[in-house]
Amino acid sequence: MPLDQSFIGRSYPPTETYGVSRAKIREFATAIGDDNPVYHDLAAARAAGHPDLLAPPTFLTIINLGAINTIIGDPELGLDYGRMVHGDQRFVHHRPTYAGADLTVTTYVEDIMARAGNDFLTLRAEIRDSADELITTTRAQLVVRGESS
Amino acid sequence: MTAVGDELPALTQRITRADLVRYAGASLDFNPIHWNERTALEVGLPDVIAHGMLTMAYAGKLVTNWLADPSALREYSVRFTRPVPVPDDDQGVELELSGKVGEVRDDGTARIDITARFAGKTVLGKAVAVVRLAS
Repeated sequence: MPLDQSFIGRSYPPTETYGVSRAKIREFATAIGDDNPVYHDLAAARAAGHPDLLAPPTFLTIINLGAINTIIGDPELGLDYGRMVHGDQRFVHHRPTYAGADLTVTTYVEDIMARAGNDFLTLRAEIRDSADELITTTRAQLVVRGESS
Repeated sequence: MTAVGDELPALTQRITRADLVRYAGASLDFNPIHWNERTALEVGLPDVIAHGMLTMAYAGKLVTNWLADPSALREYSVRFTRPVPVPDDDQGVELELSGKVGEVRDDGTARIDITARFAGKTVLGKAVAVVRLAS
């Protein structure tokens, strides 16, 4: 059954605050095999002009994924998680993310379309800090394979 | 001066099952197709596959390694076009990453076009980063 197109334009209210920690930045950088000192060493990050440890470019996948899961888990949408694959992903960084940031994410359903028996769901997430400054905008396209494919 | 056609230093990234487990924990992406062979086979995959977002992160590292300041990477997008199966052995697989400058813009930014290959085939489509060039 195709996804309900009336979900286009729907937004999901800001999530609980996610506090970015130095430990999580180091853990994430280690997991992607990146030893850049600005992700690991506070003195090196400060010497390079950063106020704290810098988060790698895809670090915010952690909260982006949480936002995606909220929407795909919405029973009204009726999305079959087992048939879903990640089609594309985009990050636009308006400002860098540093350890110590308290972030919230507001998610929007940008588009839902059916093509060749598959459903395509485009979600946008706006990630803001505690001063309500826009830090990063993410966009993900999720593909739900049709029953026959 | 950065010019169109400049190539970024290539990167070969080895991926083993242990890397997938570590990335699952770090990213909080516990989808079992990235660690449980039984689940992967059930949904029609050839084997456990790497997280698309891990491949995206490795390709991002290609760009940030080239930049003096990783925060100069302002926009980054990819399409996930082919899965990367990771066998249950100690060798794992190798991802070949390369990139070049596709455009230098008047506003002091440049577009980097990235290629990610596994077993000779591209696994990311339209993989593009926009970076602020050092003045």
